Amino acid sequence: MKLEGKVFKYGDNIDTDVIIPARYLNISDVEELASHCMEDIDKTFIERVEPGDIIVGGKNFGTGSSREHAPLAIKTAGISCVIAENYARIFYRNSVNIGLPILECPEAVAGIEDGARLEVDLNNGEIIDISSGKTYQAEPFPPFVLEIFKAGGLIAQIKERIKNNV
Amino acid sequence: MGLTMVEKIMLDHTDRDTIKPGQIINCRIDMVLGNDVTTPVAIAEFKKTGLEKVFNSERVIIVLDHFTPNKDIKSAMQNKLTREFAREQGIKYFYEEGEMGIEHCLLPEKGLALPGEIVLGADSHTCTYGALGALGTGGGSTDMAAAMATGENWFKVPETLRFIFNGKRSKWVGGKDLILYILGDIGVDGALYKSMEFAGNVISELPMDDRLTMSNMAVEAGGMCGLIAPDEITKEYLAGRAIRDYTVYDSDPDADFEKVYEYNTDEIEPQVAFPHLPDNVKPISEAKGIKIDQSVIGSCTNGRMGDLRIAAEIMKNKKVAKGVRCIVIPGTQAIYKQAMQEGLIDIFIDAGAVVSTPTCGPCLGGYMGILADGEKSISTTNRNFVGRMGHTGSEVYLSNPAVAAASAVKGKIAHPEEVL
Repeated sequence: MKLEGKVFKYGDNIDTDVIIPARYLNISDVEELASHCMEDIDKTFIERVEPGDIIVGGKNFGTGSSREHAPLAIKTAGISCVIAENYARIFYRNSVNIGLPILECPEAVAGIEDGARLEVDLNNGEIIDISSGKTYQAEPFPPFVLEIFKAGGLIAQIKERIKNNV
Repeated sequence: MGLTMVEKIMLDHTDRDTIKPGQIINCRIDMVLGNDVTTPVAIAEFKKTGLEKVFNSERVIIVLDHFTPNKDIKSAMQNKLTREFAREQGIKYFYEEGEMGIEHCLLPEKGLALPGEIVLGADSHTCTYGALGALGTGGGSTDMAAAMATGENWFKVPETLRFIFNGKRSKWVGGKDLILYILGDIGVDGALYKSMEFAGNVISELPMDDRLTMSNMAVEAGGMCGLIAPDEITKEYLAGRAIRDYTVYDSDPDADFEKVYEYNTDEIEPQVAFPHLPDNVKPISEAKGIKIDQSVIGSCTNGRMGDLRIAAEIMKNKKVAKGVRCIVIPGTQAIYKQAMQEGLIDIFIDAGAVVSTPTCGPCLGGYMGILADGEKSISTTNRNFVGRMGHTGSEVYLSNPAVAAASAVKGKIAHPEEVL
């Protein structure tokens, strides 16, 4: 699966409180949640984001709370994939479980600039920076995690298992 | 080669014969936990499975605590949905107003988090139960839904980091200071995806309330869990509380630890985490004098009896400084009642503090103590991210309850000895 979009670049330790502040956790509607995505760190994000765009973060992306509202807001806002040096553990789980593609690639994080256009191949983890012409190779997903992605998320996978009675 | 605690507990929850770090495996879950913020999303996901009933209604715990008692109409609507789900499913351990407390204060108190068990919570501070030798670990709402549906979930077997504290511990240094000290050393990603273990003579002598504080903030270093091997203090704490028999595990002496950190506590002072990350830690001697607008004493980190007692010891016959709001939040109804019986609530109210019913409220900028632009709060909570407690222009300093109480009296960040 190939994705293409422009980059929103942020720094290290982007926490779930800035991705979606707790004052909005009384909301379950994903569209409404998405309308507040990143507002405490980048007020213009939601006006500028277009379907397919890509967030590039530094290390420990998604640190903090367990709120699944964070990857949900990012996904619903139209972000097709996140690239970071590495992720906070629960954010990683949540993204896998809801089917938001997240890639680990320190070289890409170092080389890619804000606003660049990328092409990302989720099948082999190849990241092409169209703006600079450089290419990067992300860590491939572990097979167990890839299976969850392929199924369309953890609940879809469980549903399939229940249907097949395994 | 021996095994670490986390490896033993995980292995015990599979049908496998061997286990090693890096593997991704399915484990059976003993207890599934959700709160008022994460459960509504989990309910929606659970319903998508098409299942009518949760795998076991005695293995699901739901605690309304973040925005409860209902802080506004939206929270009330979410809570209504969760209340209906809990009743319809016959969830045995469902706690709402009157019985509820802050989840990570409540579960240990009710004997619901037990050594050797896996507690998967849709709340990042589920790692608190590591203090009891339980593999408490946080996940998201889909994790909760999956575990409610199947009684299991996937985990990556983590590497283990061991933190050993030896030496003498000053009266004003508690579990909070030890975990902040670790954070200052290894950083907010220093234990990313790893199991943290706390040991040494200081930990052996540490009261349970302080142990719970330490394990609570393992997630602030990125940890999957923060484990302490059960001992006599654990057994004494669980006597009369544990809802069933439990199994005790400790790491083998020849287990493969990725790294062992050794600290001497002789010279460790109370610690303060400056804005805007929990690893921006300095000793109190370098924090003294910063003017504050608010002091919060409570939360899943420091809302237990030991925390209220030490805060009251400092505030007894003192007044909160003019212009400072001091908000005290006992973690559970039982803690509230015990504090009343011991006269602590009188001390707080006489000092001019506000005492609230249990809630996570101000910690995450929910309600009950939101900060305005430019305001500063000292707080016994666990996170000081940008905007965590209110306006993005506000600042949160994390400390132990003795420092938060002394600072409330002084009107600026202060060492407890400056007040006594």
